Amino acid sequence: MAATNASGPFRATGAIRDDDTAGLPFFEAVGGDWSDIAEEAARLAEDRMVVNMGPQHPSTHGVLRLMLEIDGETVTEARAGIGYLHTGIEKSMEYRTWSQGPTWCTRMDYVAPLFQEAAYCLAVEKLLGITDQVPERATVIRVLMMELNRISSHLVCLATGGNELGATTIMTTGFTGREEILRIFELITGLRMNHAYIRPGGVVQDIPPGALDTIREALPKVRGYINQLEDLMLGNPIYKGRTIGVGYLDLSACMALGVTGPVLRSAGLPYDVRKDDPYCGYETYDFDVPTTTNADSYDRTVLRFEEMYQSMRIIDQAMDRLQAMGAGPVMVEDKKIAWPAQLAIGSDGMGNSLDHIKEIMGSSMEALIHHFKLVTEGFRVPAGQAWQTVEHPRGVLGVHLVSDGGTRPYRAHFRDPSFNNLQAVSLMCEGGQVADVVVSVAALDPVLGGVDR
Amino acid sequence: MSDEKKDGVEAADAAEATKPGSGVVGTPSSGTPQTTSEAAYEAGSQNLPAGPSPDGRRELEVMAVKKGMFGATQGQDTSGYGGLVRTIAFPGPSERPYGGYFDEVVDVLAEVLDEDGPGFDAAIEKVVVDRGELTLFVRREHLVTVCQALRDDQDLRFELGLGVSGVHYPHDEGRELHAVYHLHSVTHRRKLRLEVAVPEADPHIPSSTSVYPGHDWHERETYDFFGIVFDDHPGLSRIQMPDDWPGHPQRKDYPLGGIPVEYKGAHIPPPDLRRSYN
Repeated sequence: MAATNASGPFRATGAIRDDDTAGLPFFEAVGGDWSDIAEEAARLAEDRMVVNMGPQHPSTHGVLRLMLEIDGETVTEARAGIGYLHTGIEKSMEYRTWSQGPTWCTRMDYVAPLFQEAAYCLAVEKLLGITDQVPERATVIRVLMMELNRISSHLVCLATGGNELGATTIMTTGFTGREEILRIFELITGLRMNHAYIRPGGVVQDIPPGALDTIREALPKVRGYINQLEDLMLGNPIYKGRTIGVGYLDLSACMALGVTGPVLRSAGLPYDVRKDDPYCGYETYDFDVPTTTNADSYDRTVLRFEEMYQSMRIIDQAMDRLQAMGAGPVMVEDKKIAWPAQLAIGSDGMGNSLDHIKEIMGSSMEALIHHFKLVTEGFRVPAGQAWQTVEHPRGVLGVHLVSDGGTRPYRAHFRDPSFNNLQAVSLMCEGGQVADVVVSVAALDPVLGGVDR
Repeated sequence: MSDEKKDGVEAADAAEATKPGSGVVGTPSSGTPQTTSEAAYEAGSQNLPAGPSPDGRRELEVMAVKKGMFGATQGQDTSGYGGLVRTIAFPGPSERPYGGYFDEVVDVLAEVLDEDGPGFDAAIEKVVVDRGELTLFVRREHLVTVCQALRDDQDLRFELGLGVSGVHYPHDEGRELHAVYHLHSVTHRRKLRLEVAVPEADPHIPSSTSVYPGHDWHERETYDFFGIVFDDHPGLSRIQMPDDWPGHPQRKDYPLGGIPVEYKGAHIPPPDLRRSYN
């Protein structure tokens, strides 16, 4: 409907038809120096432009495409285009067993992989009706890992957000801090990302000896980097000038658009699934849900710092609990569900535990059959559906699982917070400056792996 | 939308399954048709958790009856798996008391709908309580009214619409496509699920975006993946797949795709062609 629009035929959304553009000055610029493009635009005496940002723009957090209609420096219309990283993970999960699910969903939001794993496993456990049988130790390890992951995810958000404003030091400091946490992940899960560590019924293996000491040594360093970042960002007049009052999204807009996480809490509502509908025993941990009231990008930065400190409180409590309870099972006792073999480090660096191999190959035919059945066929999950929400660093992550009684998910749907929150881009950017678009998007902190799945 | 469907392995699997109640299930090798017995339906219920119903029984919603396994029906069945009959049954309507806050939510909703709406029985097909979750099956023509009541009534206040997803049940005749809505109440710390079932031949559901604007992209995604058309949506277009993509990828008759991979001389088939235990 471009022709009937008061603002003329060029709009950020909707197809441009040839007959609309007849007789109008029209030029297409792809790449190149912005000053040349601006000069050309000035020569044509045309202030209003449609600018396509992305999907390969360095400040779009991955392959996000933004379509902006700008009048001078003012954004009059902004739309987000997604789908450039769609890999059909949900469809693929329908063709793998329930135990293979974490390997897939961990790759959705790759900056916060453990949250997808935890939410998926909690949903499978709900479908199986074994929520109460998951060992306490596994639950505490899950909490520990998720909170470490929350810090590393927030650090990436702040680091990339600063980088997009040209503050490279914020970027390097943030990523160095995250490195400390990734080392912990590598020690515990074997991988820096895409862990597939949390499995239906528990976690894949216990934390290795000395892991708690490593975390205790690493945390003060992480806290040091966070303090440095705070010094770099919160009092910085340039950072404040770029973020205060930018990307405003008030409470009613957040609620209407289903926006959750730090963005919702920056509007003043202390909504946090860990408090509202606790899972993994979060009700037994002592922590606060910080809020602010200005609903702008600066407040979201402040909140992310606060949330990292709260996560550290939870990590401390989780480590104390692990220390106090001592060694114990980390997988449900039910042998019809639990993965048959624990992993052990072999001469090749990683492998199945030798004791287990000895048992199934040498002494027990039943154990061999059982191992074979569970690994190739998998366990069956009673028919029905389940919905599990967890507090993801970016908001509410919801998992909707449907089982038809078979060995594979009949349907697995992930309500990714970034996917939902990106809808707010139009509301946050329209009427603002072009340069503020980058700030607003950075404050939403979308990760396109999760958005597109 | 049937012209957009692609033939695939799932379609072959689908052909193996019988619609519920269509009765005759035969094994080609034996040549003698075998009727799906009550016992077989009963056997399918082993996949259900023990229901909370007081008399220990609960109604089941039979969605499909599958027979055979490992493709045993396609040749001489020496394994005996060809005669396997499996009922896919989902938890059916629940009886009061639903437990927890569920009774109160249903009561208040019934009151609101009976007072200035189409009436509870007209709008809600059935109430299912399973695994501690409340599901209301809503007739599609009343979906927006129900959403409005759930969001606006002060005793309900489901302010947060957390999105829409679809599920495809190809054997649930006349109700093949389900749209599932998850609503949370921040005020009362409650949650519930709405489910709307529509036939594949007429996949229209009114859009809930007038009540929950945040459902905009979720409905686009459900349209993209399942082909459910949300009427009065402000801009229903594909969101994940390219605009000119044929078909709806999350439907069960849409193949997964993939190529065989060679490893040390052996070929590993793509995942949808591997042995299935379903």
